[in-house]
Amino acid sequence: MEQHILSLILFTPLAGALVVALLGRDASRLIKTVGLLFSLVALGLSVWLFLVFDGSRGDMQCIEIIPWIPALNVSYHVGIDGISLLLIVLTTFLTPIALLASWESVTVRLKGYVALMLLLEAGTLGVFMALDLFLFYVFWEFMLIPMYFIIGIWGGQERIYAAVKFFLYTMAGSLLMLVAIIWLGSYAASLPGGAFTTDLLRLYAIAPGIPMGIQIWMFLAFTFSFAIKVPIFPLHTWLPDAHVQAPTAGSVMLAGVLLKMGTYGLIRFCLPLFPYATFRFLPYLAGLGIVGIIYGAFVSMVQPDIKKLVAYSSVSHLGFVVLGIFALTEEGLQGSVIQMINHGLSTGALFLLVGMIYDRRHTRLIKDFGGLAKPMPVYAAFFMIVMLSSIGLPGLNGFVGEFLILLGSFRSSFLGSPWYAIVASTGVILAAVYLLWSYQRIFFGKTEHPEDQALPDLSVREIAVLVPIVLFIVWIGVYPGTFLGKSAASTKQLIHRIEETRRGSFAGASLEPGHEILPGERR
Amino acid sequence: MILMQLTCCAVLFPLIGFLFNGLIGRKIKNEGIVAAVGCAAVGAGFVVACIGFFRMLGLPPEQRTLTLDLFPWIVAGGFRADVALQLDQLSVVMMLIVTGVGFLIHVYSAGYMHGDPGFWRFFAYLNLFIFSMLTLILADNFLLMFLGWEGVGLCSYLLIGFWYDRKFEKGTTGDAAKKAFIVNRIGDFGFLTGIFLIYVTFGSLRFQTVFTQAAAMTVGTPVLLWITLALFVGATGKSAQIPLFVWLPDAMAGPTPVSALIHAATMVTAGVYMVARCSVLYALAPVSMGVVASVGAATALFAATVGLVQNDIKKVLAYSTISQLGYMFLALGVGAFSAGIFHVMTHAFFKALLFLGSGAVIHAMHDEQDIRRMGGLGKSLPITYRTFLVGTIAIAGIPPLSGFFSKDEILWQAFSRGSWVLWLAGFAAAGLTALYMFRLVALTFQGEPRWEKGVHPHEAPATMTLPLIVLALLSAVGGFAGIPHSLGGGNAFEQWLEPVFAPAAEKLALSLPQVEIAEYVLMGLSVAVALAGWYLARMWYLKRKEIPGLLVRKLPNAYRVLLNKYYVDELYEGAVVKPAVRGSELLLWKGIDVNVIDRVVNGIAQITAAAGRGLRLTQTGVVQSYVLVFLAGVVLIVGWLLVK
Repeated sequence: MEQHILSLILFTPLAGALVVALLGRDASRLIKTVGLLFSLVALGLSVWLFLVFDGSRGDMQCIEIIPWIPALNVSYHVGIDGISLLLIVLTTFLTPIALLASWESVTVRLKGYVALMLLLEAGTLGVFMALDLFLFYVFWEFMLIPMYFIIGIWGGQERIYAAVKFFLYTMAGSLLMLVAIIWLGSYAASLPGGAFTTDLLRLYAIAPGIPMGIQIWMFLAFTFSFAIKVPIFPLHTWLPDAHVQAPTAGSVMLAGVLLKMGTYGLIRFCLPLFPYATFRFLPYLAGLGIVGIIYGAFVSMVQPDIKKLVAYSSVSHLGFVVLGIFALTEEGLQGSVIQMINHGLSTGALFLLVGMIYDRRHTRLIKDFGGLAKPMPVYAAFFMIVMLSSIGLPGLNGFVGEFLILLGSFRSSFLGSPWYAIVASTGVILAAVYLLWSYQRIFFGKTEHPEDQALPDLSVREIAVLVPIVLFIVWIGVYPGTFLGKSAASTKQLIHRIEETRRGSFAGASLEPGHEILPGERR
Repeated sequence: MILMQLTCCAVLFPLIGFLFNGLIGRKIKNEGIVAAVGCAAVGAGFVVACIGFFRMLGLPPEQRTLTLDLFPWIVAGGFRADVALQLDQLSVVMMLIVTGVGFLIHVYSAGYMHGDPGFWRFFAYLNLFIFSMLTLILADNFLLMFLGWEGVGLCSYLLIGFWYDRKFEKGTTGDAAKKAFIVNRIGDFGFLTGIFLIYVTFGSLRFQTVFTQAAAMTVGTPVLLWITLALFVGATGKSAQIPLFVWLPDAMAGPTPVSALIHAATMVTAGVYMVARCSVLYALAPVSMGVVASVGAATALFAATVGLVQNDIKKVLAYSTISQLGYMFLALGVGAFSAGIFHVMTHAFFKALLFLGSGAVIHAMHDEQDIRRMGGLGKSLPITYRTFLVGTIAIAGIPPLSGFFSKDEILWQAFSRGSWVLWLAGFAAAGLTALYMFRLVALTFQGEPRWEKGVHPHEAPATMTLPLIVLALLSAVGGFAGIPHSLGGGNAFEQWLEPVFAPAAEKLALSLPQVEIAEYVLMGLSVAVALAGWYLARMWYLKRKEIPGLLVRKLPNAYRVLLNKYYVDELYEGAVVKPAVRGSELLLWKGIDVNVIDRVVNGIAQITAAAGRGLRLTQTGVVQSYVLVFLAGVVLIVGWLLVK
């Protein structure tokens, strides 16, 4: 069973979606329970995966290969390293929470909703497991569909506009990626004795040798697609709309997991496949990351709608992840990986919290609230903890990621200047500004709106949704070794390979003399 | 060593107290249990600190640094930071102050906060504060220290905004809390940068590793200048120095025990502790030393002038705290590290006393804080009055109370190691201190009552007066720990800390203290200026009360500038806050995001849609038009073939 564990995890939600589809339309309680059960089984399996995963190895584990399209050498090739492991666990962790969060708020077309949530989970898991570019692309596109419907059917007033914008934005990027994938496969075929392939592990050896002129275009095609997903400034404007319109659970999955597909793609594909192009563009990408940090924070500060505020704060937080990736240091990359998890937890929790107040008041405008600490002390306490995690208070999870990212970029020889980190550090101040200000306006002061005075505090179900997240917020903050230890060897291997490439000693580099265009050597 | 396990427990007890009161305090509905848990958690820490101190006395001075590794905290790549504690002469002194004064203030709070619906929450926060503060001073590396540093900042935020639905001055307590957190974050930005630089330079964040390596470096190494300046930015935030002091006066929005514990006795001295802890680094960066001394002296003088004209009893004390913190940095900046820490200790005694005393007054006056509506309270509040007077004499620097010894040590060192300018600033501030403090005493406790008819001030309960009496005793005799050589003492305090600061002293090439005639002269001058301040205050506020009014009329502009605290808040508001908010809204969000990026995106979408509509005409599904196009094509091809 252990050698098929990835497939088991991947197909459990698919099976769940199928079972839900077969249930009667009116059995709403049954539908919810079955959906939750399947997502919990996937969670259990991924916890098992977490335990059996060997953190001391940096290569791919739990690999399964089944030929799929023999003519193109495309296969069902899945496997994980420490980086994908953490994201898989995050996905299976957030899905039951998202389902539980929408337990009462979603009432119409419940069957479709639960089935789509499970499909979304499966698609996301596939993205994090795929080791074949074609398979990756299939999952990447596949997961768009459930998300599109979740926003478009169960969303708010402007849901159609948001859903279409989300779909088109992402689609535009992924078409370029498809072109690059085919180009990459054909390049492999054009080598002496080569054949068309989309197998990632094989391409790892081939792709770095692609001549710079072509490598740049492939890199840009992949990066553009991922940058939209992250989102990296200025490609972020789909995000606030999608988040504000999506139902709570949709926002949780969108912020918690889907955005990570972009940063994951940068780590999994852009860096190892196109190292020379990475060297050339990393100052700009790190720069855009920093712009995202600061811009996202400032725009977040002035949002009248809490959900939009949280959405823009995602732009800021993901900017840190991008900076950490392109620092190309172990500290920075480890920081980025753990920051992806952190953002999933804290922003996911923020969206849950916003959803809880929206369920009660049917408004998300900050000015409609005030003094909520009095009628809802438990809610205020949870909001405080999650906010502090998002601000990056040491002892909670956010600090670990931000600190490692800033430290990694401070001493990065690729960035070559501590100023990237110093400028990015101002994000630490700004995060406090926008979150504390909104917290103050929502929770402090007199309870002036009459609707606020008799608000019921959190229910047992709502507390049950939040407690697991808060536990991990503290766990990662106090003892991040549990998680950092799983991804350490994988990040080390990736950074090691990139550093070897820079020195020109990496095997792939000898295929094609691409290193003469290294920025450092050109000057 | 068992002592370190005990120390670890001392750190954990307040955390347990926080969890207990935070999680179930609301359900208990019994103030006695809540307060007992809160006080016991801190009291146990004090007992441990005492044990530690006496055990250390039995050890030879070079073996008085003890460490305990608990578990690795953040490990990634080559980076490693542990959760590990370090107890040495400096941290044990800080621990005694924090737990000792902290315990007294906890006891006082049980009386002061009696009947408040947030009683449990108050004690939970206070315990969390003690936990963070102990982490800060017992950490064995910069990162764990930063955890404590941020933790105390959080507690400060939570406690300033404790009465979250109350108004405060022009805004609310929430405004004050937020301001404190954000201004401190600006300082933290500096601290973080310093941490990065330290790691890049030394490859470690452990104090012992860093300081040992640093001791081998030469004076004036450029990176040390940047490290020390960056760390000092952090210190100006937490310890309320120019230019980041603006949060501390507003922090008075919190309940008075909070002002005493966090915003006077302990947390605000964290910056002083940090600079003292890094004494070696500062000793190697003479420019930074100069900056520290100058900022300290300027802050001491600046805040004292503002304190002269404030009418809120806590505001006067707040500016006084800023001013006294300035003294501490002045000491550090001239290399008198132990004098700085000595003043931390004596200041903790008398300023905690003064704040708690003001709390008793506010309590008695039913939340009245304006001294213009007080007066003559000495009769109704005899214990508060007497203890407050002791604190005032101590802070004014009148011998033989504690403030005299610590302040005089600083002034003498500023003169002998720094310059006469630094001394003069400190000297002038000393005179002003005596003036504004005795003005406060005169307007609050002496003279004629100015309160309204319905108020019946009464002495506070024993839970509040007992801490006052203990602190008054400490303020009176605390200075004897550091009687200078010139007065026939051995300066035991300095000797105790000597090993901690020895590496720095070596770098600064300090000579052994010499008794000079100038020291006696300066000592005489500073006592004289303190007495002069006292005399002026008696003249102006008790005997010839028309003089202050005359002065205001003579110097209206100066008065207005002082009353409005040099308009620093207004400057920051206009130059930073407003532009940032308006710029973000109009330029970034509605400008770039909505009007540029989204227009481009939607524009592309519209062009695509238009192109689609155009192309749709070619696929109408009408067979006749297809045939027409087909025929036209055939004609064109045939025609082209014929022409060719």
